[in-house]
Amino acid sequence: MSFELPKLKYAYDALEPNIDARTMEIHHTKHHAAYTNNLNNAIKDTDLANKSIEEILKNISKHPVAIRNNGGGFYNHNLFWDIMSPKGGGLPKGDLLDAINRDFGSFEKFKELFNNAAATRFGSGWAWLVKNEGKLFVSSTPNQDNPLMDIAEVKGTPIIGLDVWEHAYYLKYQNRRPEYIDAFWNVIDWDQVTKLFM
Amino acid sequence: MPFELPKLPYAYEALEPVISKKTLEFHHDKHHAAYVNNLNNLVKGTKFENATLETIIKEADGGIFNNGAQVWNHTFYFEQFGKDKYDVLKVSSFSEVVYRDYGSLDILKDKFSTAAKTLFGSGWVWLVEKKDGKLDIIQTSNAGNPLRDGLKPILTCDVWEHAYYIDYQNRRPDYIESFWKIIDWEVIANRY
Ligand SMILES: [Fe+2]
Ligand SMILES: [Fe+2]
Repeated sequence: MSFELPKLKYAYDALEPNIDARTMEIHHTKHHAAYTNNLNNAIKDTDLANKSIEEILKNISKHPVAIRNNGGGFYNHNLFWDIMSPKGGGLPKGDLLDAINRDFGSFEKFKELFNNAAATRFGSGWAWLVKNEGKLFVSSTPNQDNPLMDIAEVKGTPIIGLDVWEHAYYLKYQNRRPEYIDAFWNVIDWDQVTKLFM
Repeated sequence: MPFELPKLPYAYEALEPVISKKTLEFHHDKHHAAYVNNLNNLVKGTKFENATLETIIKEADGGIFNNGAQVWNHTFYFEQFGKDKYDVLKVSSFSEVVYRDYGSLDILKDKFSTAAKTLFGSGWVWLVEKKDGKLDIIQTSNAGNPLRDGLKPILTCDVWEHAYYIDYQNRRPDYIESFWKIIDWEVIANRY
């Protein structure tokens, strides 16, 4: 069994003008595809070949660095595409909003914390909203690491992941990462995030 | 005295088509400039306020290290280019150690290119002189700089995506292959 590059649920131009079609297409067909291929090559003929990606990531400290980098890259981009939508934006509702208010004080405070994690991650990496035993945390990781990995500082199940590698925004925003982070909130799919939270 | 952004030593379009005018404008006027500004803000009131960049690279941590090293790294990177100026390595004490340690310039380029292609994430690849006088090729992530480890930088390649994304997108290997066409080998030889 090998991992497959997922199809997107929307067209490459569906997130315009927040994320441009050219960025989406290169990001999916080149970057995400390369992580998927490289992961498959790295696990071929090993006992990881039949494991789920979550199981692989959970014990990542025991595996070669190629699996950490490409397994992370495969999983992280799956999540990223999954939690965005052309009908996104607005505010979370229900239990998710309650949990955000409970754990961060308010939605605005959560957003400020998340934006700061995304903006200050030096170099390449990701910002996360993580669920661990029902409680929510904001964190960031370098490169393609993520909260499922046993090496992560903040562990748990990621329910929002924002890619802050320069390839995620450079064609449209160049050095202006904060503008890209602001635009992300216009396309976040709160229904999907809520499903991952439940 | 505050740290200053050095001017580019050539016109923004001078490295076309290897590195575009647009890339150099962003890379120098935005990225390099931001590292200088951030550094000046961060050192205020600290023991690094009047330090040299070299001291900051060797002794500072966190934001001061990151921004200080990035100021140094970018100045060093931009200074080594000059398209069609000195595209051959002339006989010198540097060319002798290249042949001694690698056999040929092409082998050195191959090894350096492999290191640049395989660095995962953001960072820099360096040709350095070790304390024993031998050359070596190393990778540093993010703002890393060989001076911190007592190594002398000779040549560097910025493999942060901002260095090549406008011109090459995901095709980092194409950027690295083209990179060799704009190296001013006289500058490199003089650094040894
Ligand atoms: Fe990405
Ligand atoms: Fe750079």
